Amino acid sequence: MAAPASSAVFEPGGHLEAQARWSGWEIAFWLATLLPFLLFPNHLVLASQIAITALFALSLDLILGYAGIVSLGHAAFFGLGAYTAGIMSKHGWTDPFLGLLAGAAVAGIAGYATSFIIARFRHLPLIMITMGLGFLLHEAANSAEWLTGGSDGLQGVRKGKLLGVIAFDLYGYAAYAYALCVLFLVFLAVRRLINSPFGLTLRGIRENPVRMPAIGAPSRAHIRKIYTIAAVVAGIAGAVLTQTTATVSLGVLDFQRSADVLVILVLGGAGRLYGGLIGAVIFLVARDQFSGIAPQYWYFWIGALLVTVVMLLPNGVLGGLAHLTRRWRGAAP
Amino acid sequence: MSTLSTPALSTLGLEKRFGSLVVASDINLTIPHGVRYALIGPNGAGKTTLINLITGMLRPDAGKILLGGAEITAFKPDARVKHGLVRTFQINALFPQLTALEAVTLAVCERQGTAGVWWKPLSAYPDAVAEAYAILQTLGLAADGDRLTRELAYGQQRLLEIALALATKPKVLLLDEPAAGVPREESAELFAAIAGLSKDITVLFIEHDMDLVFRFASRIIVMVGGRILVEGTPREIAGDARVREVYLGGEAA
Repeated sequence: MAAPASSAVFEPGGHLEAQARWSGWEIAFWLATLLPFLLFPNHLVLASQIAITALFALSLDLILGYAGIVSLGHAAFFGLGAYTAGIMSKHGWTDPFLGLLAGAAVAGIAGYATSFIIARFRHLPLIMITMGLGFLLHEAANSAEWLTGGSDGLQGVRKGKLLGVIAFDLYGYAAYAYALCVLFLVFLAVRRLINSPFGLTLRGIRENPVRMPAIGAPSRAHIRKIYTIAAVVAGIAGAVLTQTTATVSLGVLDFQRSADVLVILVLGGAGRLYGGLIGAVIFLVARDQFSGIAPQYWYFWIGALLVTVVMLLPNGVLGGLAHLTRRWRGAAP
Repeated sequence: MSTLSTPALSTLGLEKRFGSLVVASDINLTIPHGVRYALIGPNGAGKTTLINLITGMLRPDAGKILLGGAEITAFKPDARVKHGLVRTFQINALFPQLTALEAVTLAVCERQGTAGVWWKPLSAYPDAVAEAYAILQTLGLAADGDRLTRELAYGQQRLLEIALALATKPKVLLLDEPAAGVPREESAELFAAIAGLSKDITVLFIEHDMDLVFRFASRIIVMVGGRILVEGTPREIAGDARVREVYLGGEAA
């Protein structure tokens, strides 16, 4: 049975340029990220948490959504970035930009070191290994009280000044502006990566890692590279959290954080540039609202949300929207 | 240096066992440049195993593999591909959610060494895309280049297997039952596409349909029980009593 040939003349290059072009939706999305300044000035702390979590989810999307590498220990890199920035500021290096660089570097080195193990496994063993590495780091931070403050959290974290002049205010104006800027800049880099030859390579690894060597691709080297890049992005997210809140606790390395970011990505839609971003908005706004209703039971509602979304929209909220748009366009004459 | 007299591919005493089961024993092949070889033999003869050994998907217990005179026995599969030794799979091993053009572009980028570039958009490499498109054209897939692989008809997917291999610019191409699962009338078309490949490419294919084998192969290797029984021209093979007995005889009866 031959499938009907596409009627339009197919332009091989045009397709790629269209993919890389900014759509109206994207511009609208980024303009909307400015709305909290105007509409919810009392919720800017939440907004900056969303931006940080979105950045963390974007990092997981690089490995999970694009390369198909499942991790339940991604908080390790978030935590490394957070502690690095915290420890630096405690010892006087309070410049946020410097803290970001250091957090990114430490997380990246740890990511590169562990990527040699990660690249050898897939599926369930990989989930167990990433989770195990997460536990190892959590307990290492717990026992290294001299460095991390252990279960009491890191004491004496100081807030730096942005560009040496702008202080982080109590209402979170500077915090949200900072987190949003970092998110946007990293997003630009990730977006570029996704539309690059390497982005295509990652999708190839996700679709069929076994076939990759047969087209000459050193899959493991590619996996090591993206795992390191994702660790860098997670480290940046962690550092921003430390810098905007001036606290670091063991919570940054918690298993719960690794699990939450996975939930966020699945809710929003993995393998879609905006999946983690939309997921972070849904998850944190829902947590904020539900924990207002019943502080102890709010995971009940997250559970309900997760089951509903996965059952009805297997590709997340964004996957569902894309499906609807296609149907709507298909139905239109 | 490899010259025309150096075989494109050769193996010396290749052996492989799974426990007590010998799946490849004393395999000595010498395949000259540009020749179309068919590898035939009854089910379980070890044909796919031999391709797995040659391409590095399996490690031999003993023996050597030489590509253009250079030993590649210790090379990983992807390194062998980069040296021009490429295979396709009997069961489609494709990228379901990539379009046909994306999949072939992926292979072209890998060959050109740009597959790891993440700071430039893919559209900055129009040559790679154009080359991928040209490969799709030679196999009659160009019109469906923007469709997802999983949406392609089965026969088109078989052609895409070959397109992916061609994108790596193979010197030696090993085709594991390229027409597997394709209706008989379409498989001749598929083999016509294979026959139309550049004569610079040495081709070895596994195929069960004897009409196709005798039409498209200039030499035939017959394997039985993990060993090479005989190698020769189609005429020699057709006239070989042992081949008749163990292979053709069984089918004719």
